[in-house]
Amino acid sequence: MGAGHAHRLYLPGASPVHRLPPQTKIVAVVAFVLLVVATPRERMWAFGVYALLLAAVALLARVPFPTVARRTVIEVPFVAFAFLIPFVAQGEKVAVLGLQVSQGGLWDAWNILAKGTLGVVASILLAATTEPRLLLLGIERLRMPPLITQIAAFMLRYVDVVTAELGRMRVARASRGFEARDLRATRVLARSVGALFLRSYERGERVHLAMVSRGYDGRMPVMHDVGATAAQWTAAALLPSAAALVALTAWIAP
Amino acid sequence: MTPSLDVKGLAYAYPDGTQALYGVDLTVGRGERVALLGPNGAGKTTLVLHLNGILHGGLGEVRVGGLAVDPGDRKALREVRRRVGIVFQDPDDQLFMPTVREDVAFGPANLGMRGAELDRRVRDALAGVGMLEVADRPPQHLSFGQRRRVAVATVLAMEPEILVLDEPSSNLDPASRRELAEILLGLDVTVLMVTHDLPYAAELCPRSVILSGGVITADRPTRDLLMDTELLAAHRLELPFGFDPAATVR
Repeated sequence: MGAGHAHRLYLPGASPVHRLPPQTKIVAVVAFVLLVVATPRERMWAFGVYALLLAAVALLARVPFPTVARRTVIEVPFVAFAFLIPFVAQGEKVAVLGLQVSQGGLWDAWNILAKGTLGVVASILLAATTEPRLLLLGIERLRMPPLITQIAAFMLRYVDVVTAELGRMRVARASRGFEARDLRATRVLARSVGALFLRSYERGERVHLAMVSRGYDGRMPVMHDVGATAAQWTAAALLPSAAALVALTAWIAP
Repeated sequence: MTPSLDVKGLAYAYPDGTQALYGVDLTVGRGERVALLGPNGAGKTTLVLHLNGILHGGLGEVRVGGLAVDPGDRKALREVRRRVGIVFQDPDDQLFMPTVREDVAFGPANLGMRGAELDRRVRDALAGVGMLEVADRPPQHLSFGQRRRVAVATVLAMEPEILVLDEPSSNLDPASRRELAEILLGLDVTVLMVTHDLPYAAELCPRSVILSGGVITADRPTRDLLMDTELLAAHRLELPFGFDPAATVR
């Protein structure tokens, strides 16, 4: 079976960061990202300090730097866009490596690159230290409507099942000589997607039947409590507190 | 003694008009293991879904441990669903929670159980099928045979009056098939097993009934029933090549 798709972002561990209740980590990451975004882009040193803070978290969580670096590849499309801005933006031009580029555009590009990267790295660290299902529990603890978290939980459970089904359909197509060569193939692929949708829908009905048979009445039973102590909240608050100091200094420093 | 299951004159037509059951009578005594045999389309699934009140609205009545299945009475229905543990054919349909432990806990938690008692139920059920060591793993990481066994545990955790298994041996390799048989034989519970797998019925169930065309057409000791080749042929049931029911001496 296609095991582990949903868990590839998570790095099992028992570090202090891993052990924090999920809701404290979610709040810490969101607060950190908001503070980073609120920092004036001209204070370049502040972003350096933010990066150091994240590096400290990564060290503490024993998430290897190369792993983090590899995963930041996800932001490449946004970075590519940011690199275009200096060339297309209006305003005062400056010479960089013999090229005339817009100064405002250059700042915009830096702004996107720095803040985007810090946000992505913070999320990578959260995902690497928190199991997906605990993330959902954390979100639920933060008063997200249970219907939303239930849908996400089922998605997490069945993504592998549906992926395996898709794989079997692909093999079945290929075994009968199908190759996606040109546009005409879309007809076949669209039918496959339709069939997959129907199968998933029917599975949904069967799952619901199995749930009702075991006494489901529209509400998921609350089975475990991932309550957080004041100490745990304080520990999680270290990152955003440090970031708040940096942001404050960046705003009031001359 | 009150039978675990008592079905009287059960008739049912689907909303589109297709009549599936034409008056089924079936009594299963406490502690009995009965195989429900029948060709595809005989109404086996329809009958099973009546046992815990998911399908209703036709004629006749179903009693589970003396309690009538009445879809209008929510409290009684909840108790019926505790008493009837259905293990569906595809374990991926049955196991929908993120971990095995949570899945096994789902049923008893719906019954309002919490804390130490819930933990005990989950532990006992998983130990009963020899799957205690996978409690914290996601179901999708288990082998098919393991998932089938966990699926059995999810209903055992509700301490049912009767265990209803839909094609329990389907898609199992011979070793998993034998392991499941050993587990089922070791359980102290009434079993109704829906199957096409006649040797499995012979191995596990002393008594068999044939559901065909929406009625029970035969009800006998499994060995006698399987030796009646004319009866089997009349209901599109066939023994696998080389299998001799006369040789199945328990």
